[in-house]
Parts: sequence; C-alpha cells; structure tokens
Amino acid sequence: MAKKVFGRPKSLKEAIYHYCPGCGHSIVHRLVAEVIDELDIRGITIGVPPAGCAVLAYNYFDVDMIEAQHGRGPATATGIKRSLPDRIVFSYQGDGDLAAIGIAESFHAANRGENITVIFINNAVYGMTGGQMAPTTMLEQKTTTTPAGRNRTLDGYPVKVCELFSQLRGTTYIERCTVNSPASVNKTKKAIKKAFQCQIDGKGFSLIEILSPCPTNWKLNAIDSCKWIDEVMSKEFPLGVFKDNLAPVKKTGEADPC
Amino acid sequence: MLIKTIFSGFGGQGVLMMGFSLAQSAMNKGYQVTYLPAYGAEVRGGTANCTIAVGDEEIASPVASEPDYLVVMNSPSLTTFQNKIISGGTIFLNSSIIEARPSRKDVRVYAIPCGDIAQELGNIRAANIVMMGTFIKITKILPAEDYLKSIETIMGGKKKSVTEINRKAFAIGFDFVKN
Amino acid sequence: MNKILMSGNNIIAEAAIRAGCRFYAGYPITPQNELTEYMAEHMRNVPGGVFIQSESEIAAIHMIIGASATGTRVMTSSSSPGISLKQEGISSMAACELPGVIVNIMRGGPGLGNIRPAQGDYFQATRGGGHGDYRTIVYGPATCQELADLTMDAFDLADKYRTPVMILADGMMGQMMEPVIFKKPKPRKYSEKFMLKGAGAGKSKFIRGLILDAIEMEEHNWKLERKYKIIVDNETLHEEHRTDDAEFVIVAYGTAARIAKGAIKRLRDNGMKVGLFRPITLWPFPELKLRALSGKVKNFLVFEMSTGQMLEDVRLTLQGYANIEFHGRPGGVVPTPAELANVIARHYDKKD
Ligand SMILES: Cc1ncc(C[n+]2csc(CCOP(=O)(O)OP(=O)(O)O)c2C)c(N)n1
Ligand code: SF4
Repeated sequence: MAKKVFGRPKSLKEAIYHYCPGCGHSIVHRLVAEVIDELDIRGITIGVPPAGCAVLAYNYFDVDMIEAQHGRGPATATGIKRSLPDRIVFSYQGDGDLAAIGIAESFHAANRGENITVIFINNAVYGMTGGQMAPTTMLEQKTTTTPAGRNRTLDGYPVKVCELFSQLRGTTYIERCTVNSPASVNKTKKAIKKAFQCQIDGKGFSLIEILSPCPTNWKLNAIDSCKWIDEVMSKEFPLGVFKDNLAPVKKTGEADPC
Repeated sequence: MLIKTIFSGFGGQGVLMMGFSLAQSAMNKGYQVTYLPAYGAEVRGGTANCTIAVGDEEIASPVASEPDYLVVMNSPSLTTFQNKIISGGTIFLNSSIIEARPSRKDVRVYAIPCGDIAQELGNIRAANIVMMGTFIKITKILPAEDYLKSIETIMGGKKKSVTEINRKAFAIGFDFVKN
Repeated sequence: MNKILMSGNNIIAEAAIRAGCRFYAGYPITPQNELTEYMAEHMRNVPGGVFIQSESEIAAIHMIIGASATGTRVMTSSSSPGISLKQEGISSMAACELPGVIVNIMRGGPGLGNIRPAQGDYFQATRGGGHGDYRTIVYGPATCQELADLTMDAFDLADKYRTPVMILADGMMGQMMEPVIFKKPKPRKYSEKFMLKGAGAGKSKFIRGLILDAIEMEEHNWKLERKYKIIVDNETLHEEHRTDDAEFVIVAYGTAARIAKGAIKRLRDNGMKVGLFRPITLWPFPELKLRALSGKVKNFLVFEMSTGQMLEDVRLTLQGYANIEFHGRPGGVVPTPAELANVIARHYDKKD
C-alpha cells in the first residue's frame, strides 16, 4: 500500500487558487495551513484576510474568517482576540495594507502587544491594484506609479517593518523570511510555527514578514523573481530574526545545560 | 412652577457644585430638574457657569431665555449675564470680590461678602455654600434641611470637619439676609 | 426605583453596560469624552468587559467589527469629525450585517468646526454616511431618560436586524444632566449561527463585504433593501406635543425639540396654538405620521441647529400637503426658547 507523504492540509479548502503562477501568496497560504494543522488549532483559529491580492483568502483557508477593510486587519483582529482570548487570531496582510494605509492600526496593535500573529507579505508592490508603488518598493524600482523608478526625494525610502516594529516594547517575536527556494520555504514555515506557538503560549505580538515574489508586477518570470529576491530585495530587507523575547534569558555566569 | 437659575464665576469657586447640589436636592424633593453646564473652550481661561431648571412638570427647555435668578461669584460673570435675567428677577453677587453693581433697576440685588465670611470660617472654598445659604433663604425653592442633606450625600466620603464647616457656612449665609 | 442625576454621556455609557455591551473602543474627542472615560472606568469592573482607547476612530470601529463578529455586544462613540472617520467601518458593518451601536455627540462643523452643540450630521447619519447602498437606524433622543432607554433599545434593534444603529445626539445632550431611571434590559436574542468562534470540529464560516460577482452583489443589495423596508414599516418612533388643537406645528428633533417645547410654552401663553412633531427615529423617518398630521394642520416650521437637513425629509413628506417654513441656527449656536418663539410668532401671524 502506498504511503501518503504529501497532501492538502486540512486547513485548506478544496479550491483552486486565483493567484498568478509563481506568486508567493500561494506558498504562504499553504505554510500557514500546515502550521495550523500541525498545532491542531483549526477549530479555534480565526483569520483576518486583507484587501489586496489575498482578499479571497476566506475561499482557501478552512478556518473561520472575517475579511477586514484595507489596512484595518490588526484592529479587527484586536476586537476578536480581546473578545475571545482563548482563540488563535491571525491577520494576513500585504505591504500596502500593513505599511501604508494600515500602518497606524498595525503599529498600535504591535505596541499594545496584542496576542495575535501577523503574516506580512512584502512583495514590494501593490499587487491587486496593478503594480503601483508600495511603501516597500526599492529605490529605483519601476512601478506603474514610479515610471522613472522610485525616487528618494519624491517618494521616500522603503519602509523596514521588522526593523521598526522590533523597536516596540510591545512586540515579542519578529522575523523576516522569504519563499524563493525549498530551503527558505522550510525556514519560513518554522518561523510561522514559532509565531503561532508564541500566541498559543500567550507570549504576545508576533509578526513574520515574508519577501514574496510577484512575477506579474515585477515583470519577471518565476525563476528570475526568486533571483531578484536574493540579489536585490534581501539586500534592502535583510533576512533574520529581529526580535525574540521567547528565547530564555541566560543569566551571566550560568553554565550551559548541555 | 418653573424656576431657572444661572450660577457663574471662576472655575475653582465651586460654581458647578452650586448648580449640581441645587439640582440634586430639588430632584430628591420630587421636582423635575435639568442641569446644563457650559463646557469646553468656554470654561478654559477660568470661567464656569451652569443653568439649572427646577419645575413641577416636565421641563421643556434646559436652556434659559430669561433666568429668574442669577448667582455671580466674580465680576466678569456679572457683566456677561446681568442683562439676561428676567425683569423682576434676583441677582446674588459675591461682594467680596465684585465691586460693581448691576446697572439695571428692575432687579433685586443681594450683595453677600461670601468670600470674606468663608475666610473667617477658615476655608475660602466654602464661599459657595455661604452663597447657597442666602440663595435658599430668598428663593425658598426647598427647605434648608433638604438642601443640607443633599450636599452631605454629594460630599459623601468627605471628612466630618468639612461637613461642619459647610453647615456653619450655610447657616451664616442663610441668616445674613432677612426674608 | 431611584432616580439618578447623571450627564447624558455617562447615561449612554451606563445604559450600554446594563444592556450587556461588553466591548467598547473609542478615541477622545470633545464633547463626548465623558462617555469614553466612563467606559474606561466601568468596563474593567464588568466580567468579560473590554475597553480599548484606540489609536484613531478608524481603528475603534474596526475593533468593534472584530468583537461583533464573535457575537459580543459592541459600541463605539465619537463626535462629528470622528464619525466621518468611522464611516468606512459603518459601511462595512452594514455590508457584513454585523450589529453594533455607534454614538455621535454632534458638534459644530464642517471641518474641525467647534465643540458647541449642533445638528449638522443629519444627512451623514440618515443617508448611510459611508459608501454603498445601505442605511443605518438612527435614534434622535431629546431627554436624558430617552438617552438611557434608546441606548438599550439600540442594542436590541442592532441584533434584531443585524445592522449598525446610531444614536445621534449633540454636545448639549452629552453634557446636560437630568434625572434618569434605568429600565430593565431585555434578554438578548442573537443566534450563535452568526457568531465566529472558531470552526471547532465543524464547517468553517466566513464574514465578508467583498462580493466580486455583480449578480451576487446585486442580490445582496436587494436583500439588505428588503430588510430596510421591514425596518421602515415597523420601527418608526415619534412624539406629538400639543398637536390636538394646533394650527401651527414645529418639526424638530433632539435638543432643537427641547428648545421648541420651551418656545411653544411661551407662544401658548400668548394664545397661539402651536404644537410640536418630534421624530425620534430619524431613519426611518416617521413619514406617514407626519403626513397624517397635515390632514388637520397646514402650517409647519422645521427648526434645526443646521442650515436645513431634516428639512429635506419634511419636504419629501409634506410637499403639496402643507406650507413648510424653516428656521436654522448652524455652527454651534443654541438659540433660547424666547428667540425661537419670536420667529414662530412672525410666521404664525402670516399663516393662512
Ligand atoms: C480604502 C481603500 N483604498 C484603496 C483600496 C484599493 N486597494 C485594494 S488592495 C490595495 C493594495 C494592495 O497592496 P498590498 O497590500 O501590497 O497587497 P498585495 O495585493 O500586493 O498582496 C489597494 C490600494 C481599498 N480596497 N480600500
Ligand atoms: S499580482 Fe502579484 S501578488 Fe497578486 S496574485 Fe499576482 S503575483 Fe501574486
């Protein structure tokens, strides 16, 4: 008898994604669903999809969901979590959603240390509305609203969410990952799992930023998009853990147990 | 019966407290009441006022077109409100700090040195209660004892010494004028 | 039961808590700060009560959306400029059919305006306010007792029709104190099936305002419209004051109606037969009742603390049935009853 080694996570519905080929949203959806399955929290999870390419996430995730208005996910998630503190609540947001129109809601949910998890898709553009400049667009990057490339004098600089949010005392776990290779996908899944575990343990606000390919608006094929993340995007947005208040604090002079 | 009164003065003179205590005690006595404070920018820069309506049937408007009584604790308030009061109405003024007198001749005026009286009692903050003594005596809106009972409940947790000063202050104001 | 002398802002907050409101989010703005502060003070003593001072009015409305989705009774409050910011969320609540109570303690506008009592947000409140084809139920209380009663009723109506309900009052009502008796709230009727609590072992649910398919969206719009029709047919409230023998009727709501009652007293003392028609629900507007009154009275005057907004509803109701005059004091001016009485007296003399 064949052994099943790979299948659809329980927390994903039998639906076909509307995402473009090579889009990072699809991968991250799957990772989140796998984590929900592995932590066995499907029945107590409530998700908040954004306005953005992931607006239809409620068609994919097989957990309770309420779609938020553009940028307001963390406020809506706050309302849910405070009303039902024993549920697991996550907000799923793009870079325009989180770092432009919804920066106040995100920043303050983080600063209050809401015990929620934010999955933050940074694809350096507004995907859904057709590739306009996002707060995370690279300098010189061409978008439909920066036809000559993002100009530092006119358009300012890419917003570094992990760096900023890790400065807030309210945040607990913050990591930036990507999904442009099998190894990085595995790493991202670990990060997402850690973030949900952080919430389950009641430790506070966690945010995982994922540098995510948008071949359609980057006008690159899927492979080159993955390369672009390595060669350009991750230079501006270095990968790594920016905040980890989960790690046990080692007292000086204390011997390592192992 | 429908009686409207404006209390006015500096913030800190207990002007809103005068109005509130009148409204509260009249309510306890079974009257209909409204208490309308001035708020926000109007009370910045140190002035405060409130309008109290007391009636024996539903109070239509909490806003007074022509109040029957005006209690003024400082000079600016006299200037602001003296022309609002109804012809034949009564003005109570704190003569400890108000030198001017109303220019109108169609109103009754009681000048009470309530600041000085309170000072002598050892607490300038009781000036408003001295004034309330006079106010209750003249207006007869309700018996003195009912009023005193109400302020004691309002001041609730306050020390006994405060209650005593208030009773004394009220009595002096009450006896300061003849009926 | 004992009467309590309380300010309008505090009354709304207390009534909400008694009605079972367990989630409040708000952002400070005068003249409604006492409401927010009362919630901060008292929600923490209520089991399950949540108070959040949000970073903005936008955040506040979206927080109550989240809490409402879980089946919690929710409220937010603000004053005019803050209500403008909440419109995105109010539209969303209407679309997602989420119950909740929104309080607007109006102040002078447009723009930052001032903090004096005004009635310039009638259009915004009664026409939906935000984008899209929707309505909000709007109460226009005129006494502190009504603030208490209608706040409780607002929660029941919000549940009954799964729609946002607005309490539209003004700075004067928020600040004013009157004796109040809190009635016993009705037990809540709201089905579990509308609440998001996690799928458990069962099927997952979702709540959404986004419906990309136009035909489906159209059907959703008609579904909402059918609901609004039922509300129009069943939920209008109004008061008639001394209209029995009236030859002239003032139409006014909220604080303006209080001033009007004072004016009527004066006019009656001078032998003028003036009455008041006071809409209590501003949407749905008590159209049929007002039109019925025009069967015996032919002269009406709308009085508002605005340049004339409810006036349009009165015109829609009475045009062709009666004469309609208007008197307005926008911008935060509250006229005295005497002043209004003078205006009415002039019109009264000219009436046919
Ligand atoms: C108030 C408001 N303004 C604008 C929009 C239109 N809009 C929808 S999604 C979006 C940008 C999405 O970009 P991002 O958050 O980066 O997500 P992505 O689509 O790239 O995943 C915009 C501007 C909206 N829905 N609501
Ligand atoms: S536009 Fe970009 S972000 Fe949106 S689905 Fe396509 S690839 Fe993904």
